Amino acid sequence: MGKPKKKYFAIFVLPTLLAFLIAFFIPFILGIYLSFCDFTTVTNATFVGLTNYVNAFTNQNFLNALWFTVKFAVVAIITINVCGFTLALMLTQGLKGTNLFRTVFFMPNLIGGIVLGYIWQSMINGVLANMGVTMLMDPKYGYWGLIILMNWQLIGYIMIIYIAGLQNVSTDVLEAAKIDGASRWQTLFRVTIPMVMPSITICLFLTIANSFKMFDQNLALTGGGPSNKTTMLALDIYDTFYGKVGFEGVGQAKAVIFFIIVAGIAMAQLVFTRKKEVES
Amino acid sequence: MKKRFATAMLAAAAMAAALTGCSSGGQDDNVGKVYYLNFKPEVTDVWEELAQVYTDETGVEVKVVTAAGGNYESTLKSEIAKSDAPTLFQINGPVGYQSWKDYCADLSDSEFYNALTDKSLAITGEDGGVYGIPYTIEGYGIIYNNAIMEKYFATNSPVVSSVDEINNFDTLKAVVEDMQAKKDELGIEGVFASTSLLPGEEWRWQTHTANLPIYQEYQDKGVSDLDEIEFTYSDNFKDIFDLYLNNSTTDPKMLGSKGVNDSMAEFALGQAAMVQNGNWAWSQIAGVSGNVVQAEDVGFLPIYMGLPDEEDQGICVGTENYFCINKQTSEANQQASLDFVYWLINSETGKDYMTNKLGNIAPFSTFSDDEKPADPLAVSMLDYMESGKNNIPWIFTTFPSQTFKDNFGSALLEYAQGTMTWDDVKATVIEQWKVEKAAAK
Repeated sequence: MGKPKKKYFAIFVLPTLLAFLIAFFIPFILGIYLSFCDFTTVTNATFVGLTNYVNAFTNQNFLNALWFTVKFAVVAIITINVCGFTLALMLTQGLKGTNLFRTVFFMPNLIGGIVLGYIWQSMINGVLANMGVTMLMDPKYGYWGLIILMNWQLIGYIMIIYIAGLQNVSTDVLEAAKIDGASRWQTLFRVTIPMVMPSITICLFLTIANSFKMFDQNLALTGGGPSNKTTMLALDIYDTFYGKVGFEGVGQAKAVIFFIIVAGIAMAQLVFTRKKEVES
Repeated sequence: MKKRFATAMLAAAAMAAALTGCSSGGQDDNVGKVYYLNFKPEVTDVWEELAQVYTDETGVEVKVVTAAGGNYESTLKSEIAKSDAPTLFQINGPVGYQSWKDYCADLSDSEFYNALTDKSLAITGEDGGVYGIPYTIEGYGIIYNNAIMEKYFATNSPVVSSVDEINNFDTLKAVVEDMQAKKDELGIEGVFASTSLLPGEEWRWQTHTANLPIYQEYQDKGVSDLDEIEFTYSDNFKDIFDLYLNNSTTDPKMLGSKGVNDSMAEFALGQAAMVQNGNWAWSQIAGVSGNVVQAEDVGFLPIYMGLPDEEDQGICVGTENYFCINKQTSEANQQASLDFVYWLINSETGKDYMTNKLGNIAPFSTFSDDEKPADPLAVSMLDYMESGKNNIPWIFTTFPSQTFKDNFGSALLEYAQGTMTWDDVKATVIEQWKVEKAAAK
């Protein structure tokens, strides 16, 4: 049985491999090459060396965006995971209407980021209008607006993953803990959470990646205003690429730096949380 | 076993063929095709209809793709890198030419260029070639609703008794402030419609209004572009901007939530008497449901801000729509595109579409005097062009970049909300101009 399978390996992997090469690998390599070039369109580039990277790092907007993104990501990752996990716990207790609640909480995830951004823009502006201001009055409104929006959108998705994890926790272990006289909090922190570590790994990874990469919600909600004070990294890259004449290369260089940062953080997190995973 | 393997190989081969088939989609280099990347989403339907008409008449295939509002540059960047690239596209002026010069064909020998009435309107390169040709002339100023103005003139002791008497900033200011004080009597919520400052919606101020003080600075220095500006007339800009803010339908703190559509709706519904915008806005005003503005009541006032000799000042007339032919496409496609644009300005059908359906005031000798758009703002604008007043050209096409405009716009928003002083706005403008001009080199 083993041999014929091996023979067909190449054929079965071919479609995926081709798609991966065409849609991901080639553009990725091309993108890295372009970050060392001066270009207007991707087919018409001249090599300029490290100039783009120097420009990117001396650009105050980029550094501001980086700092703002970090501030946003830290708070968003914590709130989304805590809320998602809490909801998941509540919805695995066998409450009435559990399925309805799960569906309702998951639904915001099905709406596109741009649409959500505009909806929340009207809602937040509507609330702030009572105070006679708009969201662009102060960057802190935009900051909290983004956090609320991101929470609203992602909590449902993260909750579903935690629910799947919680349902896999064996009742034997929980019963054993109960018989041994563990309190509910002890059971939660000493038994349940270690048992759902694989879910925590994946949820942290998803929230970290999504928070750093956030673009459409940012574009629609505040557009980076006022005065670029709520611009996140992806939006800053977009503005550099399309908003300045002759800055396509710098935008590309920023994108490469952005990739290295996000990939680095996400990988470090994966390694760190993997170590905490336990076998039941 | 062997047979199955052969089938699988065949399937893989077929798939490979299908994949390569996509890229080479049957092209014939002898017959040119036209692919126009349209800039104005509001006339998408007209262009598509026009493409069909041209294809029916000549058999030449015309494809029209429209970029979403504000995304022209990004759409063009991705479209032009494809093998089936736009053959006809547009740039917004000298700055646009800088980024697209590798793609702009020299049009100096074309009939299309020869028909241009004022050759100085075209975009020329350093080598003297002609690379962009304007296909429409547009104008902007302060649009007023004469019905409300008449109501004001009928009130107790109005400052002036006719719109014609408003010919400088001081008079405009006195009239506006008096009208604002009498707004309940006039049945309006404010003299000016909202100063839209939502990000992406600030172009009427950081581009259009700013055109005037910067033009005056260019005039004083005898230049047509500068690497660094002093923003000499920033106080004049502040004067008119303050007038817009303080005599408006909307509290200045709320302007961050207002878009251009909001302003035009307020004007169309008669809640405001004036709004700064251009002749393209008529279709927008007329399209608002519940519109109470009559066509015979609207007209332009110049944007007075106390600049020298403003009694003779007209409205701002110019263009930021230049046709360019993609020189990196095949000869046949270039020729087909040239034929298409020439047909637009030289055939009866083409001209009819240009003036009546697209509403363009085309600057070509092929158009006779009666072939002009009939909408009231175009008429008012043509009046200004023939009146002998000093109409101000659009020099904002030399503004350094979109980033400059965006930062200028957000500074104006912060000023309106009271979170930034005017001195800081001025400093931002000067600084950003310098930085962005240097970056574009």
